[in-house]
Parts: sequence; structure tokens; C-alpha cells
Amino acid sequence: MHKAESHGGAAVHPLALREQFDTVEQQRDCSTLGMWIFLITEVMFFGGMFLAYSIYRTKYPEVFAVASTSLNVYIGATNTVVLLCSSFTMVMAVRASALGKQKAIVGWLLMTLLFGLTFLGVKAFEWNEKFELHHVPGFANFHLAGVEPQGAAQIFFALYFCMTGLHALHMVVGVGLLSWLVWQARRGKYTSEYMTPVDISGLYWHFVDIVWIFLFPLLYLIDRHLGK
Amino acid sequence: MITAAVQQRENYLTAGHGLKSWLLTKDHKRIALLYFFTITVFFFLGGVFASMIRLELITPQGDLMSSDTYNKMFTMHGIIMVFFFLVPSIPATLGNFFLPIMIGARDLAFPRINLLSWYLLVIGGGFALFAMFAGGVDTGWTFYTPYSTTYSNTWVLATAVGVFIAGFSSILTGLNFIVTVHRMRAPGMTWFRMPLFVWANYATALIQVLGTPVLAVTLVLVFAERALHIGIFDPALGGDPVLFQHLFWFYSHPAVYIMVLPGMGVISELISTFSRKPVYGYSFIAASSLAIAIIGFLVWGHHLFVSTQSVYAGMVFSFLSYFVAIPSAIKVFNWTATLYKGSISFETPMLYAFGFIGLFTIGGLTGLFLASLGLDVHVTDTYFVIAHFHYVMVGGTIMAYLGGIHYWWPKMTGRMYPDGWAKLSAGIIFLGFNLTFFPQFILGYMGMPRRYHAYPDEFQVLHVLSSAGASVLAIGYLLPAIYFAWSLKYGPVAGPNPWGATGLEWKTDSPPPTHNFDEIPVVNHEAYDYTSVEAELA
Repeated sequence: MHKAESHGGAAVHPLALREQFDTVEQQRDCSTLGMWIFLITEVMFFGGMFLAYSIYRTKYPEVFAVASTSLNVYIGATNTVVLLCSSFTMVMAVRASALGKQKAIVGWLLMTLLFGLTFLGVKAFEWNEKFELHHVPGFANFHLAGVEPQGAAQIFFALYFCMTGLHALHMVVGVGLLSWLVWQARRGKYTSEYMTPVDISGLYWHFVDIVWIFLFPLLYLIDRHLGK
Repeated sequence: MITAAVQQRENYLTAGHGLKSWLLTKDHKRIALLYFFTITVFFFLGGVFASMIRLELITPQGDLMSSDTYNKMFTMHGIIMVFFFLVPSIPATLGNFFLPIMIGARDLAFPRINLLSWYLLVIGGGFALFAMFAGGVDTGWTFYTPYSTTYSNTWVLATAVGVFIAGFSSILTGLNFIVTVHRMRAPGMTWFRMPLFVWANYATALIQVLGTPVLAVTLVLVFAERALHIGIFDPALGGDPVLFQHLFWFYSHPAVYIMVLPGMGVISELISTFSRKPVYGYSFIAASSLAIAIIGFLVWGHHLFVSTQSVYAGMVFSFLSYFVAIPSAIKVFNWTATLYKGSISFETPMLYAFGFIGLFTIGGLTGLFLASLGLDVHVTDTYFVIAHFHYVMVGGTIMAYLGGIHYWWPKMTGRMYPDGWAKLSAGIIFLGFNLTFFPQFILGYMGMPRRYHAYPDEFQVLHVLSSAGASVLAIGYLLPAIYFAWSLKYGPVAGPNPWGATGLEWKTDSPPPTHNFDEIPVVNHEAYDYTSVEAELA
């Protein structure tokens, strides 16, 4: 509900309240709701890829199983742990800003940033390996040993690159957000009254993590029970 | 240039001067005008391509242009009109301008994102225009694979990038509207006191937010397939081109509701104002907007009746396509019921509203023809389909858009347009529209396929009628561009409420001040409560 008297009044943080809002609470609510709706659009965005994945996995189950075992499950698992840790440090950063602990905000954000960069570094290494093994779709030298048709194997790797690529792109955006947050937090921008950017960036970061939680089993763990 | 009475008070138009004050504005009203200007340019550009199509089809021989050029003409007509005119049309202009005012807010929740969404449309449009001037694109607006990904030698990638970027413009507008409606309503403005225009834009925003990302990811896959040959849509590698059709129509069928729902919202406002009665069945019309948004996501398969879809899936999609007609019919019946014993005045916007109801009804009913499995096989990819969706998109959305522009013009500019000219052009548009598109129903039923630049001689009479209608329609569209421009300088001053309408937008100045209201209003009555207006005007 609006409170007309508080608009531009003394009760609110003068720098933090934008002119279209009446209260800081309304502004915070809007930002949070906006981020949630944005994440819903992201679900639909990734959803198209997941749909394509399910269709082709149903169509070529054996090829997908073999292609999946060619991925390095240890690297994938390591990256999963890295991301889970980054989600934890992100939560701690949000908590630190809620408690108004300036140094802790910067510290936890930096750790999150570090985990994010680690993930991207490992991912780059993994992609590079695919080029060396000729597992990159679209190249004439594409070959995956022991499967027919090769086209279906190529589709698996196409989905692998599209899905992990989109995910990595979101990680890059997340790393950008975190860097900006660190910069702002060092200037003491975030207090227990105004921490919305940390809060909603956290939502985004967790979402990107969750996408990976789905990607990891779908891409790396399809046929592990055969002990390959 | 503006009379003394208006000049005394600053409004959103006089609040800043110079190009920079427009290009960096965060005022939703100014952004609405930026959109208005931009999409008007796109509309006339799309109209030029339409004219080329109609010119070619005057004669049975393909004599004006080659078939390749013709393919580019209808493709670029479709892409410009759908993605750069119809999708942004009502929400980004009238919705942007009036949604915040109608719920008693100073602005949208995210003004900077609102400005960003306009820039995205312009950048996306830039890519599309580049593709057109560099040599065009010929896939049809639907980008069907594998033609778009493997065989076409035209500027598919640049166009896809343009549509992709414009899609994010649409997503951000929808996001902004949802948050604004949820969190920015004035005291007393409960959900069921909101004008139906707001409800319609809210339902539209839901589709924009849920559907457009799927188009975006589809275009990413098309881009990857075309640029890198990854195989996802390529049958030679085991990929499935029909998957593209599913993904594409999962967005693009709901997208027709993105295009028409806001128009239905405009019509609810017009019908009420010019019959001076509250809208009959208010809550049913509000709920039917949401119903259309939801059911609209479940009918995409009716675009694939002849695309290897199983007959059982076809039956389900056929049933659901009939089902989605119910909420649309609810609206039409409630509008007509509103007219009953109303005090009806035939102002220009009301003429457009009547036009909308009649034409949308024809467009909707012929949609039922297409939803039936057997008949659809006969008319698939014929002019029957063309006529059907032009009755909905042009006869529906553009009628409503023009009706809305005429209705709110005095509020946006503070000036009235010349009434006689406006009524004349409304009549010309109605006649020209029917002359253009009604013959196409017959053509299609007789078997004239879409997307051909040559045809058998016996179709010529109907094609000539259609082309003649198109030239009448063009005059009808040019007239408003002229008299609206004229009215900016010479139109009579409108005053805050020239129509005696309800709604918060009529309770502030014309043009409104930058933050819309001197004081945020407190709403203590239902929508379309004419007793309060009578008291004010008396």
C-alpha cells in the first residue's frame, strides 16, 4: 500500500529510493519479483534445450549412452562441487549484507567469484579437450569411436556444447555481476536496509547453479551403471 | 503554440527539450512515444512490402518480379509486421503510456529497463533492416527448417539475430508490466477495480514472459544449425526439422494472443466509454484474458496438422483449439451485451470498436474452420489461412490499435484530431480492409496456395479485387498519419476528459505531468463507474 507522505520524506534512505516508488519496501518487493520473473523466463529459455535433449535422447538412447561415457565424469563432478560451494558462499554474502558486516560481504563475494572463475576455467579445459578428441560437432573431422550413426553422436555433442555453452554464458554474466557487487560493497554501498542487489544477484547465481545440477547428470551420468 | 491554459502547467512533453531528453528519458510516456514513432516507421515499411505483393498479384503471370524476389517480399512483410509492429504495437505504446496511469502509478516499476527494451527493439530492427538492404531474406517469417538452416542463400542469420534481440525487448516489457501491476497499484485500486485494458496487458505480459524465451532459444538453435551444421534440425544427420516447428509455434501461436489480447483490452475501454455503461460481465472479460493466455499455450499443434504429427495429437490440438475460442466468444458477447440499452455515441474510436467486433468475429470463426482436422487439410497453406489471420491481426489488432490511438490521442498530446477526417478514414479502412481480404477467403477455398507469385487465370478477378482493396486500405492508413501530425499544432485543445470517460488517466491533465498525478489518487469505486464522472462533469 502506498504511503504518500513517505515519498521523498526523511524516513527513507535518500539515495536508495527511486522516484517511482513510495517506500523502500515497495522498491525491494519490485526488484525481487522482477528477478523471479526473469528467472522464469530463463527456465523457459533453457527449457527449449532440455526439450530437444529429451527428444534426441529418446530417439538415440544407445548413442547418447556411449557419447555420455566419453565425457570425463571426474571433471564434471569437481565442477559440480565447485558450484555448490559457490552457492554456499553466495548465501553467506547475502547473510553478511543482511547483518551489515561490510568486510564479510566483500570476502564472501570474492570467494563466490573465485569459485565461479574456477568453474569457467575447468570448463574451458574440458572444451579444449573436445577439440583435441574431434568431438566438436560441425567439423568435418568429427568422430566418436564405436557408435552409429555418427550424426546422432554429433547431435549429443551439439546439445552438450549448446547447453554447457549457454550455462557458461550465464556464469560469465554472473561473474560480471559479482565483480560489480564487490566493487560496490567495498565502497560500503550495501547495508542491512539496502541490500537488494546482493539479494537478487544471489537468486540469479543460485538459478545458474541449479541449471548445472540438471546438466551434470543428464550429460555425464547417462550410462555409468554399466561400469564404462 | 499551446494555448495559455495548458501552457501554465508543465507536462511530460515540455519537461525536457532536445534529442537527448528523449533518447535518455525514463518517463514511460516518452518511451511510449519513442515506440510509437518507431513502430509507425516499421508499419509503413511492412506496408511497402505488402504493396509489392499485391502489385505482383494483379496479373496471373509472375511479371513484376522473379519468384525469388517475391519470396523475399512476403518474408520481409511478415517479419517486419509481426516482430517489429504487431508484437510491440499496443503494449509498448498505449500500454506503456496508460498502464501505469490507469492503476495510479508514477511510472512503471523499472523505467530504465523500459528504455532498454526500446533500444533492444531498435537494435533488433537494425539487424533486420540490414538483412533487408543487404539482399533480403526468403524463408517466410516462420524460418522453417531445413530450408532456413541448410538451403536458403539469403540473410537468415542477421534476421534471426534481429528477431532474437527484439524478443528480449518484448520479454522486458512483459516483465515490467507484471511487476508494475502486482506492486504499483494506487491505494484502493484492487485487482477487480482495474480497467480491463490493464487486465488484457497483464495477460499479454504473461505470454510474453513465458513464450518469448522459447522463440529465443529456438533461434539460437537455428543460428547454430545454420552457422555450424550441428545436426539438430538436419535430417541428414538424424536431426528432426519438425522439432523446429514445435518449438517455433510454441511461441508463435501464443504470440498471436500477444498481438490481439491488448487490442481486446482497448475495445473493452472503447465500448464502455461510448455506450456510457460499465462493461457487462467485467470479471468474465478479465478472466477470459487469463484463460486465453493459458489455453493459448496448448494449441500450437494445429499448425502441424499436415506436418507428420500423429492423428491423436492432432485430435487433442483440434479440441483445444476449439476450446480457446470460448474465452474470445465470451468477450464478444459481453461487449455486445454492454451496448444493450447503452447511450451509444458514434465517435471515431467507437467506429473502430465496431469494426473490430465484426472483423474479429469473422477472423475467429474462420479460425474454427482451420481448427477442424478434415477441413484444414483442404485449406492448409492457402489464401484462406492468409485471410483468416489478417482478419484477426489487421481487422482485429490494427483496428483496435487505431481505435485506441484515436481514443487516447487527446490525452497523449492535449489536442483533438479533426473528427470528420477521422471518421472518413475509419470508413475507408473498414471498406478497404474487407475488399482486400474477403476475396482471399474465396481464393483460398478455391485452392489458391499462399506464397506463389503466379496463378491460374480464373483467380485473377478476385486477386484484382484484393489488390484494389489494398490501395484503398493504404489511403485509409495514410490519412491518420497526416491529420494526427496536423492536430499536434492546429487541433482544438482537448481538456482533461473530452469523452466523459472513467479511469484514472482522465483524472489528470492532458497531456499528463511527468509523474502522472499531482497527488497519487485514492480509488474508492469500481471500474467504469459513470456516476462519479457525471458528478464531476456536472
